[in-house]
Amino acid sequence: MFRFLLHRLFLQAVPTLLVLATLSFLLVRLAPGSPFASERELPQQTLDRLNETYGLDQPMHIQYGRYLAGLMRGDLGPSLKNPGRSVRELIAHALPVSLELGALALLYALGLGLTLGILAAIRPNGWGDHLAMGLALIGICIPGFVLGPLLALAFGLQLEWLPVVGWDTPADRILPVISLGSIYAAYIARLARGGMLEELSKDYIRTARAKGLTETRVILGHALRGGVQPVISFLGPAAAGLLTGAFVVEVIFQIPGLGRIIVNAALNRDQFLVLGCVLLFGALMVLFNTLVDVVLAGLNPRIRLQKEKA
Amino acid sequence: MNTSASYSLAGDAWRRLLRNRAALSGLVLLVLMMLACVAGPWLTPYSHEEMNLLNSHQSPSGAHWFGTDELGRDLLTRTLIGGRISFAVALAATGVSLVIGVSYGGLSGFVGGRVDALMMRIVDVLYALPFTLLVILLVTLFERSMILLFVAIGAVEWLTMARIVRGQVMGLRNQEFIEACEVLGYSNARILFRHLLPNVLGTVIIYVTLTIPSVMLLEAFLSFLGLGVQPPMSSWGSLIKDGVGAMEDFPWLMIFPGAALFVTLLALNFLGDGLRDALDPRRGGG
Amino acid sequence: MSLLEIQDVNVTFPLREGNLRAVREVNLSLESGESLGIVGESGSGKSVCVSTLLGLVPRPPAVVSGKAWFDGVDLYACPPKVLRSIRGKRISMIFQDPMTSLNPHQRVVDQIAEPLRVHEGMSKKRARIKAVEAMESVGIPDAAERARSWPHEFSGGMRQRVMIAMAMISKPELLIADEPTTALDVTVQRQILRLISDLQKEIGMALILISHDLAVVADVCERVAVMRNGEVVEQGQTSEVLQNPRHPYTQGLLSCNPALHEPGSRLTTLEEPTS
Repeated sequence: MFRFLLHRLFLQAVPTLLVLATLSFLLVRLAPGSPFASERELPQQTLDRLNETYGLDQPMHIQYGRYLAGLMRGDLGPSLKNPGRSVRELIAHALPVSLELGALALLYALGLGLTLGILAAIRPNGWGDHLAMGLALIGICIPGFVLGPLLALAFGLQLEWLPVVGWDTPADRILPVISLGSIYAAYIARLARGGMLEELSKDYIRTARAKGLTETRVILGHALRGGVQPVISFLGPAAAGLLTGAFVVEVIFQIPGLGRIIVNAALNRDQFLVLGCVLLFGALMVLFNTLVDVVLAGLNPRIRLQKEKA
Repeated sequence: MNTSASYSLAGDAWRRLLRNRAALSGLVLLVLMMLACVAGPWLTPYSHEEMNLLNSHQSPSGAHWFGTDELGRDLLTRTLIGGRISFAVALAATGVSLVIGVSYGGLSGFVGGRVDALMMRIVDVLYALPFTLLVILLVTLFERSMILLFVAIGAVEWLTMARIVRGQVMGLRNQEFIEACEVLGYSNARILFRHLLPNVLGTVIIYVTLTIPSVMLLEAFLSFLGLGVQPPMSSWGSLIKDGVGAMEDFPWLMIFPGAALFVTLLALNFLGDGLRDALDPRRGGG
Repeated sequence: MSLLEIQDVNVTFPLREGNLRAVREVNLSLESGESLGIVGESGSGKSVCVSTLLGLVPRPPAVVSGKAWFDGVDLYACPPKVLRSIRGKRISMIFQDPMTSLNPHQRVVDQIAEPLRVHEGMSKKRARIKAVEAMESVGIPDAAERARSWPHEFSGGMRQRVMIAMAMISKPELLIADEPTTALDVTVQRQILRLISDLQKEIGMALILISHDLAVVADVCERVAVMRNGEVVEQGQTSEVLQNPRHPYTQGLLSCNPALHEPGSRLTTLEEPTS
């Protein structure tokens, strides 16, 4: 398992991050115009001084070297539009909020999605299956930026049951988490149903029934492990989607997370800040994908063996 | 010879599609929606830019079915015009992803060997990147325009297409009719474009119907954040964004564009699921 | 009274093109400790017929009529709870393909122990000890060490031994073996058959052995039933059927197997590789 981790880290995670860093660096440097050229006309001297301060007057390869060296130290550069504040500082402040929102939404999506998917698979084409899959179909057609406002309108503004602004009390979490997680719950329900149905049709399930197990034990004790594998493979993309999907939810419910920072930075063309966020998200995704692979390997003895041999 | 085979395959799939009620209703709904967006704005008695400040924030009525916005513009007309943009971006971006994905995947699968291994390794690495963020980075760095929007979206949505096409081409390559082509001395390009690609068409069509909704969602997502379609143009995403701002007092401004997006996504999903059932022999028939 | 009494059993699958009658008016009976072979080509309904006994053929779509008395209980009509208490405890079953019949995600020892855990509420620890004993008794070498292995780490023959250990662990009164050797190498087939036959005599349980190969059944079973197109065309004492087949289909089957005309001729078995 340790070798598998090392292998995964050095042959996949590190190259991915390097590609991401280089790609974003090139994009930023190749973009037309100086980052300071945007709104006001600045005198040439000021521009030169600014370029010097931020090291933009150096040749490309030196800039690239400095940039990578900075990344190693965790230095993401200064924020161009928030004078005196570093990108790292801005991110460090907002990251925990976004991570909490994402984690809660993931738990909600997993809980609801797995339950619906497994219940649907127990009696395929029964009314429960049709109900669950109907809900899931509707779910994947309502993105967070439609569901969020609708929920806020209904439960916040009309019924006044739940708060629609902020991130302080537990009640503040409910609507944002549902808005963000529902579409993923729907995807997970569909994947779980498909995976369970496939698993339940396998020969070893017949063996389990022939042993005299109850249907509950057949499903939870035998079919579940194989049946949830498509769901677990989906967790990597889902986590990425949750992190970015959180942008709109944070804007709608005015949550002080990374999403609002990145959206404002993009609107203000604060290049280093956007770049820093892209790199951070890349690192988070690589981390999470590695985690997912480890869980998959744990669930499937055959994968585990192959990877260890590799 | 194989083109006729692919036609009869397509014909067979088409018949199966027509038998699948969900897919058929999805297709009909989608066509209706597109027709409405294309022809509708000419039929409504208002222009989408025509302001009438005396008429602002009208709730839905016989004169304005979807109501009017803060500038007194007819929301029905604006929703239909927004639909044009949403469909245009979705189709163009899917087109971009199709061209890149099919050429890349086709080449990789066709050449095989080390080149293939390297090309797929690159796809693996790219897969692990946070793509929505790269699109955001792109629209931060460059002037925001429609062209950039669909190029950016298309450029990040081609990966799955490339993988799928590669797998299909790999499978077909070893079949006898391709060997026959080689014996006949056809050039590689001819074999690839005339004989291999037509045979992966079915799979590509399924995946296209699944790509369009995800592209449409991404466009709406960006426009909702103000990073996509820029005023004075509007898409469903930007209309929803405007509607959310005034939601408390004038909820219809958010609900109608949201409903349009929902119905379109629903139709596309029905169609995509139905096509998958129709073209996958394991699920087909029943 | 017989241990198992199958009366007028019909199994039908309604299809769009019309009903498929997989089993027609089958009558079979089996005494305690007796061994019965069911022979027929694939699609003759032999497998479906016995699978319905344990409720392993989904109903619907299958429509089952008739009676299947097992020690006074009608297996077709009893409540699910009663059926569950019989299967895996009083009637066990072994399937054709040991590669797919074991759960790939569970260690073999736990799969073998599961019937004891479910039917006798035995503790995990004790059930595991019993499972290792069962592995030894079916001839799995180094059972104690191999117990914690995963199914994919075993060869086909060893996996079928695992299946047998699982089926035998609660000392059933009836074992149903559905083509237990078909998916195995020829050298291994004989060993597995011997094992089943020896265990049957040791425990004194009844056995139903299903095969498309008359030679396999002749080797192990006292009585034989020949099925074709869902019907039993001939049944009787094995020696009698072999010496004096009445139905033309049985005669056809026999003529494919010249070795059967020389009773007592057995192949010497080869030692099975242990991994």
